[in-house]
Amino acid sequence: MNMELSRRGFLAGAGAGLAGTTLGAFGFGDVEAAHAAAIRPFKLANTAEARNTCTYCSVACGIIIYSKGDLKKGEKAEIVNIEGDADHPTNRGTLCPKGAALRDVVHAKTRTLHPQIRKAGSDKFERVSWDQALDRIARLMKDDRDQNIVLKNNDGVTVNRWTTTGFLAASATTNETAWATYKVVRSTGMVAFDNQARV
Amino acid sequence: MTNSWTDIKNTDLVVVMGGNAAEAHPCGFKWVTEAKANRGAKLIVVDPRFTRTASVADYYAPIRQGTDIAFLLGVINYCIRNDKVQWEYVKNFTNAAFVVKEGFGWQDGLFTGYDEQKRDYNRSTWDYEIGPDGFAVVDETLQNPRCVWNLLKSHVSLYTPELVERICGTPKDKFLTIARMISECSSPVKTMTSMYALGWTQHSKGSQNIRSMAMLQLILGNIGVRGGGMNALRGHSNIQGLTDIGLMSNLIPGYLTIPTEREPSFDAYMSTRGFKPLRPNQMSYWQNYRKFFVSFQKAMWGDAATPENSFAYDWLPKLDVPAYDVLRAFELMHQGKMNGYFCQGFNPLLSFPNRKKITSALSKLKFLVVMDPLQTETARFWENHGANNDVDPSKIQTEVIELPTTCFAEDEGSLTNSGRWLQWHWPGGSPPGEAKTDAWIMAQIHLRLKELYRKEGGKVPEPIVNLDWRYKDPHEPTAEELAKELNGYVVSDVPDPSDPTKTLLTKGKQVVSFAALRDDGSTACGCWIYSGCFNEAGNNMARRDTSDPDDTGAYLKWSWSWPVNRRILYNRASSDLQGKPWDESRKLLWWDGAKWTGYDVPDIAPTAKPDTVMPFIMNPEGTSRLFTRAMMRDGPFPSHYEPFESPVVNVVAPKVRGNPVARVFRNDFEQFGDAKEFPYAATSYRLTEHFHFWTKHAHANAVLQPEFFVEISEELAKEKGIEKGGTVRVWSKRGSVTAKAVVTKRIKPLTCDGKTVHIVGIPLHWGFTGAARKGFGPNSLTPFVGDANIETPEYKAFLVDIEPVAGPVA
Repeated sequence: MNMELSRRGFLAGAGAGLAGTTLGAFGFGDVEAAHAAAIRPFKLANTAEARNTCTYCSVACGIIIYSKGDLKKGEKAEIVNIEGDADHPTNRGTLCPKGAALRDVVHAKTRTLHPQIRKAGSDKFERVSWDQALDRIARLMKDDRDQNIVLKNNDGVTVNRWTTTGFLAASATTNETAWATYKVVRSTGMVAFDNQARV
Repeated sequence: MTNSWTDIKNTDLVVVMGGNAAEAHPCGFKWVTEAKANRGAKLIVVDPRFTRTASVADYYAPIRQGTDIAFLLGVINYCIRNDKVQWEYVKNFTNAAFVVKEGFGWQDGLFTGYDEQKRDYNRSTWDYEIGPDGFAVVDETLQNPRCVWNLLKSHVSLYTPELVERICGTPKDKFLTIARMISECSSPVKTMTSMYALGWTQHSKGSQNIRSMAMLQLILGNIGVRGGGMNALRGHSNIQGLTDIGLMSNLIPGYLTIPTEREPSFDAYMSTRGFKPLRPNQMSYWQNYRKFFVSFQKAMWGDAATPENSFAYDWLPKLDVPAYDVLRAFELMHQGKMNGYFCQGFNPLLSFPNRKKITSALSKLKFLVVMDPLQTETARFWENHGANNDVDPSKIQTEVIELPTTCFAEDEGSLTNSGRWLQWHWPGGSPPGEAKTDAWIMAQIHLRLKELYRKEGGKVPEPIVNLDWRYKDPHEPTAEELAKELNGYVVSDVPDPSDPTKTLLTKGKQVVSFAALRDDGSTACGCWIYSGCFNEAGNNMARRDTSDPDDTGAYLKWSWSWPVNRRILYNRASSDLQGKPWDESRKLLWWDGAKWTGYDVPDIAPTAKPDTVMPFIMNPEGTSRLFTRAMMRDGPFPSHYEPFESPVVNVVAPKVRGNPVARVFRNDFEQFGDAKEFPYAATSYRLTEHFHFWTKHAHANAVLQPEFFVEISEELAKEKGIEKGGTVRVWSKRGSVTAKAVVTKRIKPLTCDGKTVHIVGIPLHWGFTGAARKGFGPNSLTPFVGDANIETPEYKAFLVDIEPVAGPVA
């Protein structure tokens, strides 16, 4: 954290200072106490905060995620609020109509919750375990690779090119995920490899 | 972006063409508002629609989609004719003085060397004359008729204001007002910024759209300065990162390239990557290519990449075609030549052109794996949704495996924004259900494959079983471990050449930056341009210091930007040949007599003399390029071409359809429509309430913009008897959609070459999953053709017809 007073900290401090001095100086001590007692506790007071970045566009606005439960303490955390980060140099706390509704996409009813497989010709998905899904994927990949990878071209040049399975990578995953993905995909010799940058 | 969002506040003139930042990038657009309010900057918008960005512009002009090159070459022509050129910049920092080989020319819309059969050029004449000293020949007086400047002058002379009006439909007086406003930025103390997005990229000549503006910015001296630059607004939150890390058919992280089969050995591969300087004393920084490449191979294959096996060169695939881009991949799939496909956070059923072809292609796969936080249409392409997805599941044999992933709020790591800032973020919530991170899933796939190859053997298992995977928990590499690999580390001690008792680099330490990388295998680095992001100083991407000396907007201690925390690329060009800032009030980097100093990390060797080493250090010329030699497939200069589906004939080159070298697969050619059958010029766009096909899953956004619509002018509505809010059918040669009609004043018919052109706007946010009403997207209608250089599909200009139909019964 910046050693200077952060923009967000400054705003909070300014409010408290006003209550402590102006009202007190005018002799409104009792009123202040009664007023303070009537104020509902700040809803986010007992939440954990995490600094994050809006998932949508590449302006990359800073956001703060508030959760019940603290991941850092190993607890289960439920996100209850997401707002703009006032300390962020680009967005300075503001969010657009997409960013302001981020919580809704986190809690969308149409999030995928468990692995499932739709068999050939079927009209429905069937729930499977992670192991079943991943074993199946590895099997399908290996069989296709062993059958179709081109080891040498007609001139005898080693090409190790696998053209019959492709991979379309995301563009909202982290750089670190991208690197892990790159390593795994490239090591197989897959060449139909692309990402959202093109569209 | 060459610059950053926060730098936009330093500009005098913002030109938004090929984008709509106020709606698509609202919180970045605030820096335009800042520049307007605090500097008196002006905003120009040129767009087929009167967008929300246009509504706050100082000057707006309409343009027919797909004609930006004619407009911009018209502005360049205006600047040259009216001597509105930043001459010192152009003469020293561009290749204006370089002499081009005899034989190069342009006629009837084509450059020399065109082969109609191959739809390609022989580009051998598109190059400099090389002198006996081995360097490019230059004429600093700009008198040689074959120098780049004179060739450019002659090339753009065609694009008069009258021709611009004929092609673009932009009234001459409006064009001239804009040309005048732009040309004023040729003053060394005035800067202009270009903000563009998919409105420029999604054309069969998208790369040349952008080049046209880049050339204009060079002529005005606006590259490398505060408030200037070429600023691609970009789309997704980490589209920049995914591109940097090279998740593309033909890329290696950091814009290195995958070998082709014409490069059977590492030596053959390196033989065309020497990057020998074309002028004396120039840095030509790509001369370090070998260090970056070898360090990448070490990051991939660790101890198994050795000098003896050419650092595992054989384990990289060798391409037989320029790239297996998505259009080629779906063409192959459509031909039944692909068996498996993975979609990681990507929804091609709605994202790729000619949806009918996409559905048919996916139906021919043996298996499809979808990794996504949301239930995508692609994962359900086989599911019947009535008119919105009219398929018969029993006839589709593709096995589909859907895997739930975490979303941004449940994952840790860095994202690279359009200003090249790598910003670290922390998770805030627990994943729902059984959702897992993508890194975990990729690790599982890798470990299982490796195990199968160990147990069963199989074809060329080496690159898989030797992949360097030394993570603390191999089942789930942490974001920090992966980031450290991207940064790079020392593999083995390197002694200090000046004192052999000391080590220059110590085994196990993070490298400080790419300057430390070596080509002997003693360093490893996943992505050289990211080197410095996580070095021995720690995770620089997580820095949150908002200090900004003298309010330049650089924020050098906030996060980390590539390369080496530099905030404005080519920043040495902000000073003249003596190293003195062009504009004292907006200085960025200057020569203090012994070294470069200023507000940013110098984009030049710190002690490189200002009158000797030129600012464009990545180029062998040392200068920027107004003429790109043979580096682009469709010409060393941009030239106007119509979209493949255009309402008018190309007036410059009547015989040429579309971009003459854009790749078109045979069956797709037959699916292009013409103006007789499909008279209206359609374009696609985004809304401020939605982000692609994600936000329709978010309740609030689904409420804000619940339903698919198309936008047309009052004139077209009247002509076709379409009511405001009525239902229409829109169709192209490839498909048909029904939508609500939004009749607005935001779109007006244009007159191009005497012909009235009506425009149909088609937003892209609806499908058949999520919380919004079911609808269609423009990809049901768009043609299957991409940009000639990078294959971005032509989404922004195509032809449709429209008619009113009976609406749904309430």
